[in-house]
Amino acid sequence: MSEIVKDKRGRAPAPTPTSGAAGAGPDGGGPAGTGPVPAGPSTLRRPRLPRWAPAGVALGSVAVGVLVGLLGGLESRVQWGLIAALVFVVATFVLTSAVEGRRQAVDRLAASLVWSSFVVAVLPLASLIWETVARGIPGVSWYFLTHSMNGVLSWQEGGGIYHAILGTLQQVLLASVIAIPIGLLTAVYLVEYGRGRLAKAITFFVDVMTGIPSIVAGLFVLSLWIMMLGFGYSGFAGALALAILMMPIVVRSTEEMLKLVPNELREAALALGVPKWRVILKVVLPTAIGGITTGVMLALARIAGETAPIILLVFGSNVINANPFEGAQSSLPLFVYEQWALGTQAAYDRAWAAALVLIVLIMILNLVARGIARWKAPKSGR
Amino acid sequence: MAKRIDVTGLTAYYGTHKAIDDISMHVEPKSVTAFIGPSGCGKSTFLRTLNRMHEVTPGGRVEGRVMLDNEDLYGPGVDPVQVRRTVGMVFQRPNPFPTMSIYENVIAGPRLNGSYKKSELDDIVERNLRGANLWNEVKDRLHKPGAGLSGGQQQRLCIARATAVEPEVLLMDEPCSALDPISTLAIEDLIAQLKSRFTIVIVTHNMQQAARVSERTAFFNLEAVGRPGKLIEIDDTDRIFSNPSEQATEDYISGRFG
Repeated sequence: MSEIVKDKRGRAPAPTPTSGAAGAGPDGGGPAGTGPVPAGPSTLRRPRLPRWAPAGVALGSVAVGVLVGLLGGLESRVQWGLIAALVFVVATFVLTSAVEGRRQAVDRLAASLVWSSFVVAVLPLASLIWETVARGIPGVSWYFLTHSMNGVLSWQEGGGIYHAILGTLQQVLLASVIAIPIGLLTAVYLVEYGRGRLAKAITFFVDVMTGIPSIVAGLFVLSLWIMMLGFGYSGFAGALALAILMMPIVVRSTEEMLKLVPNELREAALALGVPKWRVILKVVLPTAIGGITTGVMLALARIAGETAPIILLVFGSNVINANPFEGAQSSLPLFVYEQWALGTQAAYDRAWAAALVLIVLIMILNLVARGIARWKAPKSGR
Repeated sequence: MAKRIDVTGLTAYYGTHKAIDDISMHVEPKSVTAFIGPSGCGKSTFLRTLNRMHEVTPGGRVEGRVMLDNEDLYGPGVDPVQVRRTVGMVFQRPNPFPTMSIYENVIAGPRLNGSYKKSELDDIVERNLRGANLWNEVKDRLHKPGAGLSGGQQQRLCIARATAVEPEVLLMDEPCSALDPISTLAIEDLIAQLKSRFTIVIVTHNMQQAARVSERTAFFNLEAVGRPGKLIEIDDTDRIFSNPSEQATEDYISGRFG
């Protein structure tokens, strides 16, 4: 113990920085003691690649990828990209192990894999959004948003998606009204009350439900609601199937968020003599509201894009039907599918435009929900 | 205000594990009683049985009697929620509600219990923050989040929150163990003031603190890890720290423990 202290005193902080050699990293300081520490060759310095090395290697490997692609006559740009990524990872490793040594090489190998994966994950997303925006924008107009397809033939220009927007909004809203309360309460039960086998069984079945294909949910509602109980096609029937799909996602995400709420807060509230239900309502749920909102939004985004149960249960329609409880409706994903199936240029344009509107719609819902969550979220500022 | 506690033959379990065994003692009203003892000896568990917080833990179970003046806390038909309004608690780590402002934190108890008049709220906040020696530090930012305060301020906010429910007894589970010496001093001063209004029971690992703040001190010990904790003795603090009647107490206090 005393030795360490002595050592620290011996190396009292040196006010003057050492004149670092070019290329030395920020951690490459030499012995700067004013005391009896002898000046000698540094034991801390190691050869380092320059700062721009990763960027340089990335550029180089893209160039190699393009070159190989052109020379080898490879048609697919995906192949070019994969070659570039492979070259990037290998070159980084080889170069680093030659200059910096094995430990840094492994470090940089991991980093280069992370970067490559990031690019691989982001590229399709960016490309998808770019495609949809580029092809969808020309078709979107005020007329398009405010008119239905009533009387428009497949090859004709014009028409609109008002009926589909209305259908999507109503169905998603109805599904949310059914699924969010049930999902929230189930999650509250699982976290705050559930003990033993029943809770475990519910968790298991919720997990199973997360994996239900949407067509199966559609068939279930079809057989129960329409065939057995004798109701007709309607937006509400579709909403029932969407609610089945939405519920497990809401349950799981809410459950995880509620588990994150510190037990201390529950105990603090209980110790104030607050009944348990008010503790949950006024302390636990508000603390977790941000995460819960995100989970609900994910669930909402998922069901807003569902087509299969809508085909089975809502049937699809070209005219405006503002009553979700009676008669066929349309919805945006179904509209996209129908228009694509028509196969004419005018229909293709409408499909792209509708897809763009669907994405923007979900984005707006997301932003609104995030705004609410931020407004309600726990505050830590001063 | 301020009630006497009489405990007879109290045994507490976590599931099948017996945490404390057959404890009997009484706590004087309007005084400070300190619990000391090694970690895991059941001080906190015993404290939590005094306002029925023990049973909040899954598997928590209690046998025996805790009389608050003339009422048995574990008697038939006793509502634990009502017990906790009478016996308040302050925890080891400051835990203000993160979604609420300082103001809302103080009135959390009355508001969540639904027992308040709107016109009284400002008064409740000021009275309890003054009571917790926090008013001057926070009066200009009552509507800022409680989580933005320093640790010591947060703990005093938690004490204000606990006193705002107007309990008769205040239980404190190592209220200063997460705080620096200056904040600790502030809390100890506060305890000295609060004992004119409340019966206070404080769990502490700091023997100087027990000697400074308490009139009576109880020493808990356990024979071995995994065995239930027991009350070794309870006596006037002066006697416990100068001339305890049990050898184990003397060993623990003089640092010859184990």
